[in-house]
Amino acid sequence: MANVLVFIDNPGQALKKSSLELLTIARSLGETAVAVNGELSDDVAGTLGAYGAATVFRPSAADLDDYLVAPKAAFLAAVADKSGATTVLLENSPEGKEIAARLGIRLSAGVITDVVAVDADGTAHKSVLAGSYTTTAKATTAVTVLSVKANTVDPEPATAPGTPETVTVDAPADATAAAARITSREQKVASGRPDLTDARIVVAGGRGLDGDFGPVEELADALGAAVGASRAATDAGWISHDAQVGQTGKTVSPQLYISAGISGAIQQKAGMQTAKVIVAVNKDAESPVFEIADFGIVGDLFQVLPQATEEIKKRKG
Amino acid sequence: MKIVVLVKHVPDAQFDRHLSGEGHTTDRDESILSELDEYALEAALQLAEARGGAKAGNKVIALSMGPAGAVNAIKKSLQIGATEGVHLTDTALAGSDAAATSLALAAAVRHLGADSPVDLVLTGMASTDGETSLVPAQLAERLGLPQVTFASSLDVDGGRVSARRDADTHSETVEASLPAVVSVTDQINEPRYPNFKGIIAAKRKSITTLSLADIGVDSSQVGHSGSWTRVTAAEERPPRTAGTIITDEGDAGIKLVDFLAAQKLL
Repeated sequence: MANVLVFIDNPGQALKKSSLELLTIARSLGETAVAVNGELSDDVAGTLGAYGAATVFRPSAADLDDYLVAPKAAFLAAVADKSGATTVLLENSPEGKEIAARLGIRLSAGVITDVVAVDADGTAHKSVLAGSYTTTAKATTAVTVLSVKANTVDPEPATAPGTPETVTVDAPADATAAAARITSREQKVASGRPDLTDARIVVAGGRGLDGDFGPVEELADALGAAVGASRAATDAGWISHDAQVGQTGKTVSPQLYISAGISGAIQQKAGMQTAKVIVAVNKDAESPVFEIADFGIVGDLFQVLPQATEEIKKRKG
Repeated sequence: MKIVVLVKHVPDAQFDRHLSGEGHTTDRDESILSELDEYALEAALQLAEARGGAKAGNKVIALSMGPAGAVNAIKKSLQIGATEGVHLTDTALAGSDAAATSLALAAAVRHLGADSPVDLVLTGMASTDGETSLVPAQLAERLGLPQVTFASSLDVDGGRVSARRDADTHSETVEASLPAVVSVTDQINEPRYPNFKGIIAAKRKSITTLSLADIGVDSSQVGHSGSWTRVTAAEERPPRTAGTIITDEGDAGIKLVDFLAAQKLL
């Protein structure tokens, strides 16, 4: 019997770093089973074995992606019952949290989101109220459901890799009955940059960019970083709303957050508080962002950023 | 159409916010109507107005669960244009997690649908205090309804709701039959402000108070006893302190790279 169940939705051809992190955390909690929705390539199956998965559960239905979350939660609940897992780990994306939400009701299980560390006994650590508090929380139920933020552990393969057994589980027949159906989907043009929520480095721009995200994008590309933005910049239409970091956007916890032309009002600080290192570039020496920056530069970002980009390219040679 | 909008009274994010007490719950002094709920209210008002408004029998019910002060979120919603307010309040509700909250709200929605069915439950994309985004999905699961979350546009027609959603890698259109639970993003509309006429009109609108007994929920199912998670400790994070601040003298970009290299971030 597995103790821990990890849900991986549509792994594609290679597992994301955030999935490897979940598998690494799972091993610290007990024997690991994985529930995979979508295609399972040989490479991915191999990686799951390398990361210690004993069993891989797959749904009998191939159309779970045609609906919003409800059937995925129903499938996962069936797998949790079958595997006997007492902890379920999911990624902390909006969809991951919603699957966790519905799964929690189906299993009568406590759900904890935005988790940044998990103890061996299932106690979860998180940061709340825009990073102003750290809390520990625990489910009081037989099963615990946790959605874990990216960049919380370094992925490590198991010392003894194995070959997981694959088991097909029926997705409950009623699962799609009351679910919203996806009627069309358009892929956005891929930027080639990492996803904002799990990027190791984020370069974010604000009002000070005056409509020109060029210097931010070039620095991000030199660093292999994701591009973020303040609400002022997304509201002005300078960059897509998906890039918004902050109270009403995404909260990120990268290793490095570079803020350019962002004053750092409280809602913007909210999005970056949990970054390990914060660098700020702003013309105005009075900007609140300098109160939380590990390294602050009072200066013109249109000078500073391109100079830094050139220097990084030179050093990376 | 009968639309229930969930509105929450939350601490103003412009100020420092605090946790206190045995359950490490949020202090609710200096609270306001959650900014993200205003988009849900606006979406509800637009749907009602497009169908002839209150005169044609359309109802927009602002429902808030919370202590006495939560009535302020309802009053503001009435001033903005909701037709009636419902305040679910009971001392036993204090400290409810998302699971217990969704249980109580589901019972309240069923109660409000007893005389005529609720067509739509609208919510913001998250509360600006807990920010778990769990409640809309848990409410939908408890009510056995489809959920349409993070809608950036919304259409209701012929017993169906359709919405556009924008994710990082794709945009999608989704469709569900009514009744449904729908959460909306801050991209869906420009919420209106209460005007003088609205403020006067709100004084004549009724606010119904519901207790747990009214909605048939036992006090053991909510609050700390009914919650499936427990916050065991909370620690105020030491405020981040300012590090090195330099003024650009023509080489700040290089100094920035030196700093990154020293931090092993290159």
